[in-house]
Amino acid sequence: MKNYLLFLVLFVSSFTQAQLTIEISRGADNPTRIAVVPMGTTGGPLAEDISAIISDDLEFSGQFAAIPRTDMLSFPKTEAEVFYRDWSVLKTEYLLIGNVEERAGRYYATYQLFDVLGQRKALPKLSVDGTEAQLRDMAHHISDKVYETITGIRGIFSTKLIYVEAFQQNGANDKYRLMLSDVDGARSRLLLETQAPLMSPVWSPDGRRVAYVSFESTRPAVYVQEIATGRREQVTNFTGLNGAPSWSPDGQKLALVLSKDGNPEIYTLSLITRQLTRLTNHFGIDTEPAWTADGNAIMFTSNRGGRPQIYQVNVATSQVERVTFEGEQNTRGRVSPDGKNLVMVHQRNGTYHLATQDLKTGNLRILTETDLDESPTIAPNGAMLMYATRFGGKGILAAVSLDARTRVRLPSKQGDVREPAWSPFF
Amino acid sequence: MITKALKQGLTFAVIMSFLVGCSSSSTQDEDMSSATSTAPAPTETVNEVVEQELESIVYFDFDQATLKPQTRALLLAHADRLKSSNSSARLEGHADERGSREYNIALGERRANAVRDFLVLQGVSASSLEVVSYGEERPLANGSDESSYAQNRRVEVKY
Repeated sequence: MKNYLLFLVLFVSSFTQAQLTIEISRGADNPTRIAVVPMGTTGGPLAEDISAIISDDLEFSGQFAAIPRTDMLSFPKTEAEVFYRDWSVLKTEYLLIGNVEERAGRYYATYQLFDVLGQRKALPKLSVDGTEAQLRDMAHHISDKVYETITGIRGIFSTKLIYVEAFQQNGANDKYRLMLSDVDGARSRLLLETQAPLMSPVWSPDGRRVAYVSFESTRPAVYVQEIATGRREQVTNFTGLNGAPSWSPDGQKLALVLSKDGNPEIYTLSLITRQLTRLTNHFGIDTEPAWTADGNAIMFTSNRGGRPQIYQVNVATSQVERVTFEGEQNTRGRVSPDGKNLVMVHQRNGTYHLATQDLKTGNLRILTETDLDESPTIAPNGAMLMYATRFGGKGILAAVSLDARTRVRLPSKQGDVREPAWSPFF
Repeated sequence: MITKALKQGLTFAVIMSFLVGCSSSSTQDEDMSSATSTAPAPTETVNEVVEQELESIVYFDFDQATLKPQTRALLLAHADRLKSSNSSARLEGHADERGSREYNIALGERRANAVRDFLVLQGVSASSLEVVSYGEERPLANGSDESSYAQNRRVEVKY
């Protein structure tokens, strides 16, 4: 955790106002009810409302319902001030209290989690500290701790998003931005701005780099950019298509699509040796490679069977086998971190949904209702996914839990938002 | 309401006068690929026939990259122009927004390649043709309906 806070300080801080906001469109059926009491402070109000960030985080997961402050009967700041009846009356299951103290320009937060039903501590008193610029990070750290304690799953509240924001005015004034933000949309900052299309951003497994496709040289090419410094390198320059990068789990290779040999095929490129290896060999369209978690195979989209479906190619043997069989087409496959599920864009009866397929049983389940859903990206804890869709005539991001129970929308105040990429754990 | 009818009548008159001034192209798939002149008709002279703009767009069916038979005449005209003037052209392939972006980039390229292959078969030198795909990134029409989709599934010939 400390290393990450240090890493954050190295960012060039040009945070703009939050461009994405969160709207919960559907919560879980039986969310865990938690009261996050406003933090006690020694001085005046803090630059960030830590308790509000924690409540928002937990609700974003869809698995929690936060008790509104206006309903709270008391505002305990220490264990001695906790009266369990004040909370059981509100049917609260968990209670989080805490304090933030400022000393010589640094902020020290302590917090305690109580199990209201059991009337006991769920966590001992814990602490986290940081600078004023890190108050949001401290809040997210507490959210992660609370979430993991109650659900047993690692929290994703300290993770980041990269996405593309497009301002299209049909040609001359088009603008594309590659943006980085907190997973809740806050503190968005610009990574790259171009006048030609940008697409397919993907985080490196160590979270330090992003690969993407840019048309700035008038042809599509794959670039790798270092997030902390902005330093970038064009890694492909072949004739024809250069696209759809995907990082190998060890971060040393990119799988990508090149059509230099006549039609789009899957290749791997070593970022160390620059050796290029061809994996597919079919006259159809082969695109959208995605490495499996163990690095032994690459999922990809191919129309070799007529309509696009998802196939798998073994990296060592180049053996190809088909993975999806249902619906009119399946594209853009992404494997969950535990290797068990394949998330994809599934078309059935003319409508595009996100679906997940159990890779062992082949069982397919539809995850979303909205039309024109695309670009799913899976959270590093495998519990949620973010994707792009259209709402109110604009491109927006939305999130859904992998059991399909909760839905969240993240509309942008400015351009069309698309192509989200969820960071790894840092 | 009389006012509404008057408005509709005026709108209709404006549209009709606009259509008289230039040739219309219908939004049906079949008609889109026919070669039509876009020069202003009334002042056309024999000298200006040589300068006429060729329709520069050919259209495709959903998830298809095969040239439609109606496209042939237009592409033959482009082949003639390319061979006689010895100029080069950029073939830009596009797709409608349905389906994923990268797949549509590949589909756009496939469409542009189909046009290139036809032109090369007519004797145009392959090195004078550049193929680029924009996938769904540069739509002509912004709606999410079949009519907009049909306009976006295209290859543009740019000199």
